[in-house]
Amino acid sequence: MTYQKPSFRHPAAQVNELGYTRRDYEGSLSTLCAGCGHDSISAAIIEAVFTLPLEPHRIAKMSGIGCSSKTPAYFLGRSHGFNSVHGRMPSVTTGASLANRDLVYIGVSGDGDTASIGFGQFGHAVRRNLNMTYIVENNGCYGLTKGQDSATADVGSKNKKGAANPYEPIDLVSMAIQLGATFVGRSFSGDRQQLVPLIKAALTHRGFAFLDVVSPCVTFNNHEGSTKSYAFTRERIEATPLDFVPMREEIRTSYAAGATQEVCMHDGSVIRLHKQNDEYDIEDAQSALQAIAHHNKQGRVLTGLLYIDRDAHEMHEVLGTVRRPLNSLTEKELCPGTKVLDSINAGLR
Amino acid sequence: MQGGVPAPVPGYHNDGENTLKPTDISDPEYFHKVVDCQYACPSHTPVPEYIRLIAAERYTDAYMVNWESNVFPGILGRTCDRPCEPACRRGRVEKEPVAICRLKRVAADNKGAVEARMPKAPKRRNGKRVALIGAGPASLTVARDLAPLGYEIDLYDDQAKAGGMMRSQIPVFRLPPAVLDEETGYILDLGINRHFDTRVTSMKSVLERNYDAVFVGTGAPRGSDLDLPGRTEAAANIFVGIDWLSSVSFEHIHTIGRRVLVLGGGNTAMDCCRTARRLGGEDVKVVVRSEFDKMKASPWEKEDAMAEDIPIFNNHVPLEFVHRDGRLVGMSFDKVDVVYDDKGRRSLVSTGEPPVFFEADDVLIAIGQDNAFPWIERELGIEFGKWDMPVIDAVTFQSTLPKVFFGGDAAFGPKNIITAVAQGHQAAISIDLFLRGESVQARPAPGVTLVSQKMGVHEWSYDNAVVDDLRYKVPHVAKEVALKDLKVEVELGFDARAGLAEAQRCLNCDVQTVFKAAKCIECDACVDICPTECINFLMNDEEPALRGSLRAAATNLAQDLYVADGLTQTRRVMVKDENVCLHCGLCAERCPTGAWDMQKFFYNVTKAGQACTPSKQ
Ligand SMILES: Cc1cc2nc3c(=O)[nH]c(=O)nc-3n(C[C@H](O)[C@H](O)[C@H](O)COP(=O)(O)OP(=O)(O)OC[C@H]3O[C@@H](n4cnc5c(N)ncnc54)[C@H](O)[C@@H]3O)c2cc1C
Ligand SMILES: Cc1ncc(C[n+]2csc(CCOP(=O)(O)OP(=O)(O)O)c2C)c(N)n1
Ligand code: SF4
Ligand code: SF4
Ligand code: SF4
Ligand SMILES: [Mg+2]
Repeated sequence: MTYQKPSFRHPAAQVNELGYTRRDYEGSLSTLCAGCGHDSISAAIIEAVFTLPLEPHRIAKMSGIGCSSKTPAYFLGRSHGFNSVHGRMPSVTTGASLANRDLVYIGVSGDGDTASIGFGQFGHAVRRNLNMTYIVENNGCYGLTKGQDSATADVGSKNKKGAANPYEPIDLVSMAIQLGATFVGRSFSGDRQQLVPLIKAALTHRGFAFLDVVSPCVTFNNHEGSTKSYAFTRERIEATPLDFVPMREEIRTSYAAGATQEVCMHDGSVIRLHKQNDEYDIEDAQSALQAIAHHNKQGRVLTGLLYIDRDAHEMHEVLGTVRRPLNSLTEKELCPGTKVLDSINAGLR
Repeated sequence: MQGGVPAPVPGYHNDGENTLKPTDISDPEYFHKVVDCQYACPSHTPVPEYIRLIAAERYTDAYMVNWESNVFPGILGRTCDRPCEPACRRGRVEKEPVAICRLKRVAADNKGAVEARMPKAPKRRNGKRVALIGAGPASLTVARDLAPLGYEIDLYDDQAKAGGMMRSQIPVFRLPPAVLDEETGYILDLGINRHFDTRVTSMKSVLERNYDAVFVGTGAPRGSDLDLPGRTEAAANIFVGIDWLSSVSFEHIHTIGRRVLVLGGGNTAMDCCRTARRLGGEDVKVVVRSEFDKMKASPWEKEDAMAEDIPIFNNHVPLEFVHRDGRLVGMSFDKVDVVYDDKGRRSLVSTGEPPVFFEADDVLIAIGQDNAFPWIERELGIEFGKWDMPVIDAVTFQSTLPKVFFGGDAAFGPKNIITAVAQGHQAAISIDLFLRGESVQARPAPGVTLVSQKMGVHEWSYDNAVVDDLRYKVPHVAKEVALKDLKVEVELGFDARAGLAEAQRCLNCDVQTVFKAAKCIECDACVDICPTECINFLMNDEEPALRGSLRAAATNLAQDLYVADGLTQTRRVMVKDENVCLHCGLCAERCPTGAWDMQKFFYNVTKAGQACTPSKQ
């Protein structure tokens, strides 16, 4: 068993604009089962952050409990991180964000962590439009505790012993849109080409960006009869490819068929969606919900950027909080003196 | 970015006309090429195999693996030209290759008794007689391969002992006679009939002795001279380098003047100047026509010379031997610039500066070496072609007279020991085939095995960890000690500890990554874990486009792409760039289905008489 990755790199390994190679964004060697979809998502996060690019020390990785929630140990080894309690990542991130709004928050959660124990917390983070990227690594089971059906398991999907799940699943993307999330996407760990630009777009979005990523559990949920396996997902996926074009770059890719829609982000970067045909309006929640439901009914998994609201105010704007991280405030700002105190008191009379 | 494809798109295809064909890994040459060092070695010594044996402190086994392949591990561990090292993969991921050559010496220095493991001359001979002319490494290799098969071998040489130029030319401070005696001894002990101190002056008379086959391994014994003004007048102090070196070896010459000029930029020049320093030369200069980087001498030979306070003057073209009162006083040179024309051809153009004069008491000319076959009569059916060289088949080493074979420096001009050995093996195969009445063209296939190294879920039977250690330096004796005595061996060799540490640097390039597409579920785990970004899953394409679209562009065209089709979910292809794979096994550790496996590839050049016995490895 290898515990340490060799330090050698490809001599022609790319270096990003900040001078880092991909390997500078890696974490320690994963201890997840070999072939786990979660590891693929970690690699996609690395790829997204490497190519955006972001500086490692500007990022905070937040998580709860589960195999998925363990993964922040396996990417961005030079970033900040907090591994919290089961289902409590949203509240811890809310606190962290209030204390330091300058960091880029990447929350990693599981379908158990989000759709069961953390369901309430999840709803409130969405409602507050917390400025973060929230990724659910959705394998339809509790991987860490040996594969029990989770709340996102499809009805009829068989567990490893062959028993069919009796309950209807919670569809997290529909739920997020209904709760007022301002950026909602779905993808598949095995579709790096779509996932990486989607993560980049989510990281660029101001407000709550939610990504539901189907992520097969090779050990407990990758068998015949499972609806979250590699093979099943690849068969049923309905992917809308997209590009993320950072502000500074020219647009290079070209897709032949279908319509291309461009979505301009706050910082000037552009998301280009390549639709097979003119489906629905991703800036209209109702239209998005309909499209998702329509595909669900047909047994297809609609992936890509599903919904975006570019105008909503994120939590700090709503609360009118101080613009700088709390740790940068000095005595001067924190104890503004009698005059200010008097005026506050006067206001309360 | 990795070109992932979401799902099989209708009408999307992978089988365009010029897309890369899946790799045929059952072709032994495919994986052989991945073992860079072994592939580059003229006799294809299984380098990583013996390095692992050294790491396991199995020195005797390591020695025998070498001996099987290159016949002179102790000699080559000190003197080999080491074409393996520039090829070593390690040099592509860090600064320096594994010290492959000096590890060979570690095996030789630390081995136990090997006599019992050496082949014996069979009690009964097969009735066939073979004459070998010259007792250098080429002939000795033929003797080693043929004697155990029952051939009666007559070995002729004009020197008193076996070894050829290894004995007469390579100075004792690089190669102690005891090592030569030991390793030539293992061969002479096979019941070889020695005819030493015997100069062969007529091929006709050899053929008249009714040998069934004759092998010519007489080397390239003639040193080039330099016909410039003053050459005859100052002749008493001007020597042809290789003749001078053998005179030193045979102790006819013991001293040299205080100021010495050595002309030439090859390894012979390096040996001349370093020998001169030991015979009394205090002010020894090497003067070369070409630039420093273009000198023929190996980098380490140049370093060793410079470390003995021998300056190298480049871009100096000799003009004249300057003499006064019938005695050499020095030489003048024209300083030149190196100019390349638009075809990349090089010429030396005088700078126009006045000639440079260097004082000298003696001059050694080491500017080249030629073949000479005055003793082979031209009417025997042995055809001679360009430059009066015999016409030899490059694969079989047969001359135009079927029973006469050539090898080593005698066949295609001066090269080095390991080439002479490799050619000796091939000539021995030919002679054996010829004398068994078979076609010499029917070369035996190499012996190849491919064996999984898997021992447990994440356990391998080779040490797959990659160490960061930089190349270890071989210690030398102090310069003051070395320069005082010609016989003191300069290099001390790695001690066992440094040898172990250096052995750990080997990347085990013979432990191959073997891919089974049918097992792959396309989870990307291998792609993500690979430290050097070798593995890709993408649409097939024409080779240049494919090379450009990998995670890390595959720009080293000397290294192959491993292409596999048959992926069931997306019908992409797996493309692995072999260039900087560390053979770390992480891909195979990460693969949930065992689609990757680490398998040891053993490639053994078949020797004379081995073709029908399957390899036991
Ligand atoms: C100064 C110098 C240093 C070198 N250093 C190295 C080194 O460090 N590493 C390396 O790999 N290579 C080195 N070489 C090259 C290497 O020595 C030769 O390439 C190699 O020895 C060739 O082997 P061979 O068997 O073809 O012939 P040789 O080794 O040349 O042996 C030929 C033998 O045949 C004998 N012979 C010739 N004609 C007759 C005849 N008519 N009758 C009887 N006997 C005859 C010769 O005396 C000689 O003993 C060096 C060469 C020189 C000149
Ligand atoms: C408060 C609490 N309740 C229960 C558990 C047990 N537990 C650990 S992980 C887990 C489920 C994780 O499932 P998911 O979030 O889908 O992660 P996965 O392992 O599938 O990636 C549970 C129930 C716990 N650690 N803490
Ligand atoms: S690393 Fe080892 S096996 Fe690979 S080329 Fe170098 S010496 Fe040979
Ligand atoms: S052995 Fe596998 S993981 Fe290691 S460098 Fe080679 S391809 Fe990459
Ligand atoms: S780890 Fe194994 S199953 Fe996964 S993509 Fe690589 S070869 Fe295929
Ligand atoms: Mg889960």
